Amino acid sequence: MSSNGKNEKYVGRPVKRTEDPRLIQGLGHYVDDIRLAGELYVAFLRSPYAHARINSINTDAARNASGVVAIFTGSDIEGRVGNVPTAAALEGLKVPKYPVLALGKVFFVGQPVAAVVATSRYAARDAVDHIEVDFEPLDVVVDAEAAAQGGPVIHHDFGDNIAYVHRAGIGDVDAAFASADKIVAQKMHHQRLAPISLEPRGVLASFLPGEQQLTLWTSTQIPHLLRTQVAIMIGLPENKVRVIAPEVGGGFGSKLNVYAEEALLSFISMQLHKPVKWIETRRENMSATIHGRAQSGVAELALKNDGTILGLRYTVTADLGAYHQLLTPAIPTLTGLMLSGCYKIPAISMVCTGVFTNKMATDAYRGAGRPEATYVVERLMDIAAQELGIDPVELRRKNFPTPDEFPFATATGLFYDSGNYQAALDRALAMVDYDKLREIQKSDTAAGRLVGIGVSTYVEICALGPSAAMPAGGWESATVRIEPTGKVTVMTGASPHGQGQETSFAQITADMLGVDLNDVYVIHGDTGIVQYGIGTFGSRATAVGGTAVVYATEKLISKATKIAAHLLTTDEENVTFENGVFSGAPDDKQVTIQQVALAAHLASNLPPDTEPGLSATYFFEPKNFTFPFGAHICIVEVDRDTGDIRIKRYVAVDDCGKVINPLLVEGQVHGGIAQGLGQALFEEVVYDENGQLITGTLMDYAVPKAHQLPRYELDRTETPTDVNPLGVKGVGEAGTIGSTPAIVNAVIDALRPFGVKHIDMPLRPEKIWRVISNQ
Amino acid sequence: MKISLEINGKKHEADVEPRLLLVHFLRDVANLTGTHIGCETSLCGACTVLLDDAAIKSCTVLAVQADGCRVTTIEGLASAGELHPVQKGFWEHHGLQCGYCTPGMIMAACGLLRENLSPSEAEIREGLEGNLCRCTGYQNIVDAVESAAREMAGAVK
Amino acid sequence: MIPSNFEYHAPTSIEAALDLINQYGDDCKILSGGHSLIPVLKLRLAAPAAVIDIGRIPGLSSISLDRDRLRIGALATHASIAASDMLGQLCPLLATTAHQIGDPQVRNRGTLGGSLVHADPAADWPAAILALDASITVRGSAGERHIAANDFFVDMLTSAVQQGEIVTEISVAVPAQPRASSYIKVAQSASGFAVVGVAVQLEIDNGVCVGARIGVTGFAPKPYRASSTENALKGNPITEDLISSAAALADSEAADAMNDIHASGEYRRHLTRVIAARALRAAARV
Repeated sequence: MSSNGKNEKYVGRPVKRTEDPRLIQGLGHYVDDIRLAGELYVAFLRSPYAHARINSINTDAARNASGVVAIFTGSDIEGRVGNVPTAAALEGLKVPKYPVLALGKVFFVGQPVAAVVATSRYAARDAVDHIEVDFEPLDVVVDAEAAAQGGPVIHHDFGDNIAYVHRAGIGDVDAAFASADKIVAQKMHHQRLAPISLEPRGVLASFLPGEQQLTLWTSTQIPHLLRTQVAIMIGLPENKVRVIAPEVGGGFGSKLNVYAEEALLSFISMQLHKPVKWIETRRENMSATIHGRAQSGVAELALKNDGTILGLRYTVTADLGAYHQLLTPAIPTLTGLMLSGCYKIPAISMVCTGVFTNKMATDAYRGAGRPEATYVVERLMDIAAQELGIDPVELRRKNFPTPDEFPFATATGLFYDSGNYQAALDRALAMVDYDKLREIQKSDTAAGRLVGIGVSTYVEICALGPSAAMPAGGWESATVRIEPTGKVTVMTGASPHGQGQETSFAQITADMLGVDLNDVYVIHGDTGIVQYGIGTFGSRATAVGGTAVVYATEKLISKATKIAAHLLTTDEENVTFENGVFSGAPDDKQVTIQQVALAAHLASNLPPDTEPGLSATYFFEPKNFTFPFGAHICIVEVDRDTGDIRIKRYVAVDDCGKVINPLLVEGQVHGGIAQGLGQALFEEVVYDENGQLITGTLMDYAVPKAHQLPRYELDRTETPTDVNPLGVKGVGEAGTIGSTPAIVNAVIDALRPFGVKHIDMPLRPEKIWRVISNQ
Repeated sequence: MKISLEINGKKHEADVEPRLLLVHFLRDVANLTGTHIGCETSLCGACTVLLDDAAIKSCTVLAVQADGCRVTTIEGLASAGELHPVQKGFWEHHGLQCGYCTPGMIMAACGLLRENLSPSEAEIREGLEGNLCRCTGYQNIVDAVESAAREMAGAVK
Repeated sequence: MIPSNFEYHAPTSIEAALDLINQYGDDCKILSGGHSLIPVLKLRLAAPAAVIDIGRIPGLSSISLDRDRLRIGALATHASIAASDMLGQLCPLLATTAHQIGDPQVRNRGTLGGSLVHADPAADWPAAILALDASITVRGSAGERHIAANDFFVDMLTSAVQQGEIVTEISVAVPAQPRASSYIKVAQSASGFAVVGVAVQLEIDNGVCVGARIGVTGFAPKPYRASSTENALKGNPITEDLISSAAALADSEAADAMNDIHASGEYRRHLTRVIAARALRAAARV
């Protein structure tokens, strides 16, 4: 992306990823692939109970087990390692102390109770079995809605289980409902989900006692924020802590956090003066890495008979789990922000009650609060359409703001930057030939087949975000440097872990500097090298981080132009820069950006008062969020006898603004749809009435497989945004947000002959069968 | 127990505990860390390697069971700097994002293509039933395997 | 993820294996392909003193025809059974069942004998083994005995194989009409195990069902023969009506249904009837 629009050699093209050669040859380094001499291994004893008092812990036998170096319990480290932090700041929020190893009580299955350090993975695991803990089981709180009403209290000091009550929305909702012709209401449940990055978490901590320096390799999406927090927790100066996010095998929000193990391993390395490593097992991952969603509430929509929406109300309980992780309480607030969907809704109100339960904390999982909002709104639209006898597409169209109404103010306090919801919907409808499809559906229905068409139009909030709206800064940083040999180094504060910004940021920089893509090297995820940054989450890395790259490159070009003018012995105003070459000298002399870089480093012939070197850093603060949108259409057929759902077609039209690399954008949409589809059909974290985790392995938690997913048919519209100079909006979560309601709407549509209004996800065949057979 | 395995054409001998899993032998003894671990229930397929030319999950095989066998891991796939057609397919079709499932996915695809050099889309999807990917939604993986199959079939002709 | 330590023996004869098994008694486990045992060891649901690997005993993985019986070595992998041309011709029910087990990697390692002894109530093999009225040969120090499929599955995770015995072979009579068979299952969405699986082997003479054996897995704590359905079919012309009414009896033999987060007992009962009908239609080509 050249600031002057020239030189677009790479941007916009499906450039193959520069990340891939190492990854497809098994030569990448995830945390467990990094080996330090003399490293020790940590294994945890974790709580088998959802709620229990720890009467005693006997580690004597374990200490004597073969290979054991040390064992730590909560009381061993009390006061020496800070509590697991939360960054969420909500009015009246109750924040329980969350020790890195349980102290006195355990509050969820999987909570770390003791850490064994041994000379091998196997020895560490063996020794865990030799630790004896006397647990005294306590009353367990599992159902968040029930727990909000009373019953046993998890954190006694608080008096009840309500962590907070959050109110959002603008406008006179009561008046809207009082004046409505039609009110539709539906109780909806967003089940608990497990993010399941294929690489579980992992930590390798190495403390050098002489230098008093700690290096922490950890599978994280936020190396800098983590460095700050871990430094505070273990009491080291922040600049003596280096966090490295090496290859990170997926995050989906689950690694946008500060975990007990990250601080504890750091502390242990400081105690033992040895490198220590812990690699999460999948069972640990299921029980002690954050979960997502887990909202349950009643959503109501007030309309006129002609379909005009007057107001929306959402009264919801959020199941927070036992403790706050980094953003736990804040996730439902994003739901509140997005309750206007892509519609003109004059009055909106959300009341969210956050409730403690004896489970793992919920937190950000791909979409983080926005899928909940979209699902609520899009389900209500279909229910309203059905009850008003209006086609669901028409009802949506009727309530869209027109493209000239942007920036569009919502009754949730947001300003949508730009949009053309009609265009995306029209494109999707054309792709499926909607009118014909409805005709075919009629004949299918007459023939006894259960075919359903589900539409969802969504808008999401991306490019998080302006710092005023973020708990720990919403800007992003970039440094662009040209080395003496002309090679370009880009350092981004974003922390990509699969999204491909090593490639897309190189595309941006290569175009702007007019250099070969292979001459640009993008560095990220190492706080020892990269200037402070915020990280990768909330579909922000390109919109905010990429913009920082643009501005840093512009700064660099500006300095280079000054030097070039000097070398060309002309005035700066005469110099033009194109395809990596500065020209404009009276004698047609030219100088390349590489020559300028060398001159900048040799520094013997620079304009007066010019700093040597050629490097620029920019911290970009976005003035607004971005609001990408789209329309998804799903066609399903339900097996009348088994309740099985088959997806016949899946069409998605997404508008994420300008596209740097269409390969990457499509990949994000594919993956997002797969996860949304997983939520709609298969996935659910299940705890039983004792707080035991039933879905403790991938044998019971169904991550979708290749044969369970359809082929996706994609297209895009491109509505510009002026929030950033790249014109990009973000796309990481779009698929997850748009897909779940499209699928559920399609299934409910297929089940129209049975008069069903709603079925909660996941749409297990048994639930469908019960509707069909009226069981 | 002393065992000897031929991994990617190279002999590896070691004295191991009988309980050592093959995947740990590959990663911790042979230092071939391209083979990953993603679950402990033989489900995710991240640890897939070829054992005597058949795709298997190395987290569910004891190293001692593989004594005397030939193992091919992701590191052994490219030859003389030339990527294997399946590797090329994954690169060209953006068949990976975070890359963690990728080595296992590629090895499973190699196993599939050994048995069926012109698989249909449905056969590819069924053939990759033992491998989870959380990033790609599988479509580009399917396309990658299809394109590798075409290239390999062309090479056979 | 990591098993407890154990002693490991890889005998190369059945006799040597039996000696070891007798020596350790209850404190050993037999390893064949490992796809039932190793997960159990890794989750430390079992921690035997010794593991006896019978995988290196020669001759236990062959597939052969002996007059009118097919003999399948206990160590034959699911993949080798699925790929066997002979089984595809003479007993496609075995091949088609094998092909539906787990995933390709699991099929490449998992063995018929190992799966049967594990007696997982959601495994696929039991349905076919029952429908084929297979005979399971076991060797103990007292010699060899044959267990009829009907007697083999005792309870959840319990087979009729006694401590000190090794399964060596599974044999089935070549069906009169090999292709009048089918195995259809509803797979659990995460694990791929059978929520319900029904295997059918029919014999049809001039449109009349003269023989029917139906095995049901997944539904109940132990797999069973759907005798009521078989009896309803036998002697009658195969029609859609007959299949529907007979399949409606497919759950009769099981009093207790499995019940978990994936499917309630009630739904499994319903599925058993639906899948039985589908499997019958497929086998009868109706």
